Amino acid sequence: MSLSPVGALRHSGSLFAMALDVFRTIPRRPFQVREFIQQAWFIASVTILPTALVSIPFGAVIALQIGSLTRQLGAQSFSGAASVLAVLREASPIVTALLIAGAGGTAICADLGARKIRDEIDAMQVLGIDPIHRLVVPRVLASMLVAVLLNGLVSVVGVAGGYFFNVVLQNGTPGAYLASFTTLAQLSDLWAAEIKALVFGAIAAIVASYKGLTAKGGPKGVGDAVNQSVVITFMLLFVTNFVMTAVYFQVVPQRG
Amino acid sequence: MGVEICVEGLTKSFGHQVIWQDVSLTLPAGEVSVMLGPSGTGKSVFLKTLVGLLKPERGSVKIAGRDITRLREHDLHEVRKLFGVLFQDGALFGSMNLYDNIAFPLREHTRKSESEIRRIVLEKMDMVGLIGAEEKLPGEISGGMRKRAGLARALVLDPEIILFDEPDSGLDPVRVAYLNQLIVDLNAQIDATFLIVTHDIASARQVPDNIGLLFRRELVMFGPREELLTSEEPVVRQFLNGRMQGPIGMAEEKDAAQVEQELAALGDGGGKGTRSPGSQTLTPRLLPGPGIHRPPRWEAIARREAALHQETVVDA
Repeated sequence: MSLSPVGALRHSGSLFAMALDVFRTIPRRPFQVREFIQQAWFIASVTILPTALVSIPFGAVIALQIGSLTRQLGAQSFSGAASVLAVLREASPIVTALLIAGAGGTAICADLGARKIRDEIDAMQVLGIDPIHRLVVPRVLASMLVAVLLNGLVSVVGVAGGYFFNVVLQNGTPGAYLASFTTLAQLSDLWAAEIKALVFGAIAAIVASYKGLTAKGGPKGVGDAVNQSVVITFMLLFVTNFVMTAVYFQVVPQRG
Repeated sequence: MGVEICVEGLTKSFGHQVIWQDVSLTLPAGEVSVMLGPSGTGKSVFLKTLVGLLKPERGSVKIAGRDITRLREHDLHEVRKLFGVLFQDGALFGSMNLYDNIAFPLREHTRKSESEIRRIVLEKMDMVGLIGAEEKLPGEISGGMRKRAGLARALVLDPEIILFDEPDSGLDPVRVAYLNQLIVDLNAQIDATFLIVTHDIASARQVPDNIGLLFRRELVMFGPREELLTSEEPVVRQFLNGRMQGPIGMAEEKDAAQVEQELAALGDGGGKGTRSPGSQTLTPRLLPGPGIHRPPRWEAIARREAALHQETVVDA
């Protein structure tokens, strides 16, 4: 990737152009069902275990932080509420984003990049087949679906991890923890998190596909593309997360 | 029947680096043409520009009356169905076995039944000698087999134009000879327009109707085979004879004074009868094998070759 401002602008431009192409191509028939299922299964298989393993300590850390804070303030009865709120609103979309980009996105980028440098993508275009329709759209949709499901998984595992640490290790009261679950968090928090995950899944897959399809310069080029795709995806995801959170607070009235 | 490709004033550059400029040529319908050039003169880039994978800065590529450089992506996919392209390494889809690779274009673009697809695929695999390797994955076979499988895939849609990107690179001389014979046989059988990009001189001498030479960012010459094989143009002479003396250097072009000196030295040597063998005599053309039905065009070529060859025998 060139470091000149013009080069950076050109890359952002082509990235958005491809994103538009992807969304324009989604309704086109025939939909690549096989590719979609294969990719969804593949992305799920590389992300589920790491996601679960990451979300347990993530929920625990939040529980630990909140546990000591609420004890100092004398508000132990709220520790459950705060912990659920933190996991549901921020932790789960962020963990999902990291895993989708780090495990799913890199796999997509490496796969497409390897195909690109072996001329497979060119061959496909010469055979009159649009790689966006054939390869990218199923991957983007699969990544979105898996991200939404992963977000659910992180929420459950994170809250369970928080409960375990708060109740078992910090001697919290199970009843108080469970009773305060819904004092701060509400159902719309879950919906908002799921929408975030949906968008993150799309961004991760589109960036990975773009970087993979524009890889050049042999095997080293594929390595560079994977590296850049992770960095770019992370930056985009965190910015998007901030914007979506800000909008959410404006749109949905908060409790408490 | 093949389709004519008309290239006019084509210029391609990457950034500030000009690959070639102002390339104009016409690939006649149904004939075999070879594009020669030293390594790194953008032969593959030329091929990719012809199919619209790369956009040129200037110029036009007209195929069946349509300018490929100005088409929208959707129309481009339609025009590309006229093409069969054999990429350098075959460019097979790594996740599919050979049978599925070759059947892929049929499944995507036609509504043929699976039994009909099977018939066509096996026929093409037989044509390139791959019967028995249907279940193999591209990673499990040799480079030569990958090339032949790539060729079979390029052939299934009965293309009007077939482009070969270095069909002979990485193959042993015997396999190259077989592949050349296959190309000539194919041309007699399906009558498409062929363009072969290569730097193998032996193939270029035997196979084509027309030869072009790319050098120093431009098309030095394009014309009938006889014209180039007997040309006195220094670059053409040097390349077709594969010698060091001449304008083409190891890294880039040489300076003019050195070239003149070398050519003068070579001229002296030539006077004493040390001129490299075959520099002026015409290599006989490769003709379609026995058992291949020859269309009128090839009948005429065979007659001309027979007459020419007889003359040289009489001369000797």
